[in-house]
Amino acid sequence: MRVTVDQDKCVGSGQCVLAAERVFDQRDEDGVVILLDAEPPAELDEDVRQAAVVCPALAIELSE
Amino acid sequence: MAHPLPDIKDEPRTGLPPYPMPRADRCPFDPPPTLRQLQAEAPVSRVRLWDGSTPWLVTRYHDQRALLADPRVSADVMRDNYPHVTPSFKARRTDAKTFISMDDPEHARLRRMVTGPFAIKRVEAMRPAVQRVVDDLLDEMAAGPRPVDLVQAFALPVPSMVICTLLGVPYADHDFFQRNSRLLINRDTPADAVLDAQHQLIDYLDDLVGAKLADPDDDLLSRLAAEQVSTGELTRRELAVMGFLLLVAGHETTANMIALGTLALLQNPDQLAVLRETDDPKVVAGAVEELLRYLHITHSGRRRVALEDIEIAGQAIRAGEGIILANDIGNRDEDVFPDPDRLDIGRDARRHVAFGFGPHQCLGQPLARVELQVAYGTLYRRLPGLRLATDFERIPFKHDGLVYGVYELPVTW
Repeated sequence: MRVTVDQDKCVGSGQCVLAAERVFDQRDEDGVVILLDAEPPAELDEDVRQAAVVCPALAIELSE
Repeated sequence: MAHPLPDIKDEPRTGLPPYPMPRADRCPFDPPPTLRQLQAEAPVSRVRLWDGSTPWLVTRYHDQRALLADPRVSADVMRDNYPHVTPSFKARRTDAKTFISMDDPEHARLRRMVTGPFAIKRVEAMRPAVQRVVDDLLDEMAAGPRPVDLVQAFALPVPSMVICTLLGVPYADHDFFQRNSRLLINRDTPADAVLDAQHQLIDYLDDLVGAKLADPDDDLLSRLAAEQVSTGELTRRELAVMGFLLLVAGHETTANMIALGTLALLQNPDQLAVLRETDDPKVVAGAVEELLRYLHITHSGRRRVALEDIEIAGQAIRAGEGIILANDIGNRDEDVFPDPDRLDIGRDARRHVAFGFGPHQCLGQPLARVELQVAYGTLYRRLPGLRLATDFERIPFKHDGLVYGVYELPVTW
């Protein structure tokens, strides 16, 4: 799975970090998303999908 | 018992259901039955508000999320046809506008000033301090008389102390700001009393910001004063208004969740037993998400205005029309949450909309989660015999609150 994030859309809710902390982090100064792993291992697929579902800003895109 | 619905198709402007609507007498944890009926039969339909206006009410989960995340939908309280919650909300709208009532890009500019401190890792670092607050309050409660009102002894002080520490507001002033914030969030408080409470709180924070500018401390208000006021990004008054928002939002919501959640668990002893017997943080975290979904205390609906014509669920909403998203019933949508009226702390409820959705989703949610995880994760283990000290029927619910909960919760153990 390939992950992209849109930092302009991000509202810093942190939901992605809760769902998949190995894939997403937040900038210190404003909580905006940082993508740690654009092609996470398959065992994290479910967590990454959860992150995309709960992102309130629809800022996470996934492609298989 | 469900209320009969008028035929909305035949009478587009009259006989519409009023909003908000009453809950059923014997189901204080469930949203009003009319909402359930609308969700099943007319998921995007007009309701009538206190001022006679007839905005759209949206009751299904997926439609709510789509609209809350749609840039064609505005949260700006100054727009015509914005569906105001009460006359006093309408009256106070110009007085202290915060970023929750603005659209991007101004909303994003202001919100991003305060998102850093609520980032997951920063809030996680506060967990030991939250645990200390909870432990100290429970020590005090355990040593004191019984029965005790859990709201005053525990549910309110926990978030109040935590947000005070984060912001740098002296907790010693809690009588003052809790009294004023109580007035603000009651639907029945007259407009002039609401304005007065708002002024008092903002003036108080303005003084505090002045003190932080002169003599900074290690807290959020001091940091914002130095980074934003000193650089001209915010005026001192604007920071006071922002502090006011964080202070009020920071304690009423979590306080109500702690008390109402405890009551819901006491009424569902099998669920309470799971929490009492676990030391697995994942089980506690899952219980918090389910209680957020099930109780959905922000029961006044999220309010918006359409900026353009929008079609949703086959219904045309015209530019300039008001929209209310009833997230309480969205969280009971059986297409998303099977058997939605059952409290089941073992289910995966993480996709709930208790914190809203879209760019305005609750800023403080990471802090609320940590507070609730620590509170629920400690209270029932520390006081395993916790029980109601009155009849369930005598518990006073906040039917008149902008945020739902209980006014008091007498307990013993």
